Amino acid sequence: MKKMRQNKKTEGDDMADISAPAAPSAPDAIPKKSLDLLPLALPLVIGLAAWLLIGSTTTWLTLTLAALAMGMMVFVIASGLTLVFGLMDVINFGHGAFIAIGAYLAMTVLAPLSGWVQADNLALNLAALLIAAVVAMIGTGALGLVFERIIIRPVYGQHLKQILITMGGLIVAEQLLHAIFGGDQKSMALPAGLRGAIIIGDLALEKYRLLAVAVGLAVFAAMQLTLNRSRIGLLIRAGVENSEMVEALGYRIRRLFVGVFVAGSALAGLGGVLWALYRETFTASIGGDVMVLVFIVIIIGGLGSVGGCFLGAILVAMMANYTAFLVPKVALASSILLMVAILMWRPQGLYPVAKR
Amino acid sequence: MIGKLLSYDPPKSRVLGVVLAIIVLGLALAPFLFPGAAAINTAAKICIFIVLVASYDILIGYTGIVSFAQTMFFGIGGYGVGLSLYFLGPTWPVLALGIVIALILGVALAFVIGLVSLRVKAIFFAMITLAVASAFLILATQLSELTGGEDGRTFRVPELLRPGTKLLEAPLFGLEITGRIAAYYLVFLAALALFLVALRLVNSCFGRVLQAIRENESRAEALGYRVVYYRTLASCLSAALAVCAGVLSAIWLRYTGPETTLSFAIMLDVLLMVVIGGMGTLYGAVIGASLFILAQNYLQKLMGVASAATEGFPLLPRLLHPDRWLLLLGVLFVLSVYFFPTGIVGRLTQRARK
Repeated sequence: MKKMRQNKKTEGDDMADISAPAAPSAPDAIPKKSLDLLPLALPLVIGLAAWLLIGSTTTWLTLTLAALAMGMMVFVIASGLTLVFGLMDVINFGHGAFIAIGAYLAMTVLAPLSGWVQADNLALNLAALLIAAVVAMIGTGALGLVFERIIIRPVYGQHLKQILITMGGLIVAEQLLHAIFGGDQKSMALPAGLRGAIIIGDLALEKYRLLAVAVGLAVFAAMQLTLNRSRIGLLIRAGVENSEMVEALGYRIRRLFVGVFVAGSALAGLGGVLWALYRETFTASIGGDVMVLVFIVIIIGGLGSVGGCFLGAILVAMMANYTAFLVPKVALASSILLMVAILMWRPQGLYPVAKR
Repeated sequence: MIGKLLSYDPPKSRVLGVVLAIIVLGLALAPFLFPGAAAINTAAKICIFIVLVASYDILIGYTGIVSFAQTMFFGIGGYGVGLSLYFLGPTWPVLALGIVIALILGVALAFVIGLVSLRVKAIFFAMITLAVASAFLILATQLSELTGGEDGRTFRVPELLRPGTKLLEAPLFGLEITGRIAAYYLVFLAALALFLVALRLVNSCFGRVLQAIRENESRAEALGYRVVYYRTLASCLSAALAVCAGVLSAIWLRYTGPETTLSFAIMLDVLLMVVIGGMGTLYGAVIGASLFILAQNYLQKLMGVASAATEGFPLLPRLLHPDRWLLLLGVLFVLSVYFFPTGIVGRLTQRARK
């Protein structure tokens, strides 16, 4: 709460930054967006506060690693959703279906590969996981194409129908998974080489969490590179800012959108694999459970902003893990409280997208 | 007189009027027309859901914002009354206290959610209500010392409404007048009154502004109506109505638990009832709720038969298994949003206009 108030004070300066006209001295220079660093301080403040409250550095480090792993997984899932919204103003409540489908696909692939999974060889373990992840991503990506075509395309620009239809799509997908795979709880064991923890002194770092953090960072880096350094990324960013203008300049924004939608679905599938392995047991409702977190994350980050989504995911995961340790009773409400606090401070989310 | 009761918004089609009259008469005379515990249960459920669906229609149909927290308010009503009666004893003042607490809690929660989410984008509202509702569901199951957890709470209602109470010495038209019948008429009359209040609400100036916002937000804003204010107020009123529906449900079932009040399946049912009946008209709530609940009672039986009949085929029996009834509902839901967006009442009204 204290940090909120501090942040509020500086809000005024912030606004001044945005509304200040570009420097007149260099007329040729493209006006550069001023970098807004204030939200970046939030995870540090929360981390520091938690460290003071917890009191034990090793516990704090374990919790922080858990938070980072969880945050990365949520980010992988949420990033596609937020881009899809930014680009086409489409909010897909059915995103959770891809999470569940990804998990089930990975389970199906890992079953015949159990020899590799059980082998006492890290390379074989990782290879099995890689194959499962790739199959899950291809599967969910392809399904994303179908989903976009039959569920989302007919209701462009109609928010009310979009919400209803995609919600219906989620339910149908979940029930189909139950019908095909059976309604019981499924389990997916971690490969032998990824079980347990690396122990440094009295600090225990779980191997799988490290892997999850690495995958998440890789996805974030790849996404930033694509968005900021490639032509497609340039078009996507332009589309998020003003899709009509991009279309008027002769680019087919629709194709771009379909591409982003498919990529987002594939990422949700990957996230589903990671999440299912993390939890080790799951049912078809896994998607719905994660989606609540995902929605909170993209609202906190600002709809349409990838950077905000990354930050939001870490913030939510930190709050969830720290409060689960400190005051388990409030843990459920912690992410909602965080969201309320952040929306009080910045009603559009941490990094609002300029367009709307 | 009738015109005034209906807020000068009578059904716009003759067929619709006749169907509505049949439904109301059927519900009013249900204990006499259809004797038996199952039938009267169905009738009470229809009454309760008419109120719940009408409250939801104020949001989705009249204001054009989607909430996934309607069952949360329904549950607040149920738990408010249920827990008060459970802990403080089955008397009327306790019942009133429970209603007041539930109303205050529900409206305050709706107000906070509205202020936080509706200030910026209406689409936030859908996501935030989903998050809050699921947190509430988990909270209700976790705080088991208070709420009874997954099992919920069974409680006793005031003496007058208990099944054991005999109100009349002799049977009336061949029916024993017990407390159960009194409870049914309490539910029926309360539902009728609440529905008429909702009808009055949407036909007031306030209701017109809501429709203006639904049709064109910026124009309504430009005409000088504070969109945030109206949307938040609409969400509070809708929450209050849903709380009342929850109260009725608790009184009728003498039980309150997460499955019957808070679960996502009920939210889906309500969505379906609104869409099938027709969004943006309260008569749609009556038609949707009646039709859906009648169908639901027989759907699962039908699915069991179909599943057994298709035994030899691959996958089909599994798709038609009674446990998969949500699948059929989901498909039905998607199809009706596509091809049937105005619902039954919308269709009938269109035809009458031609």
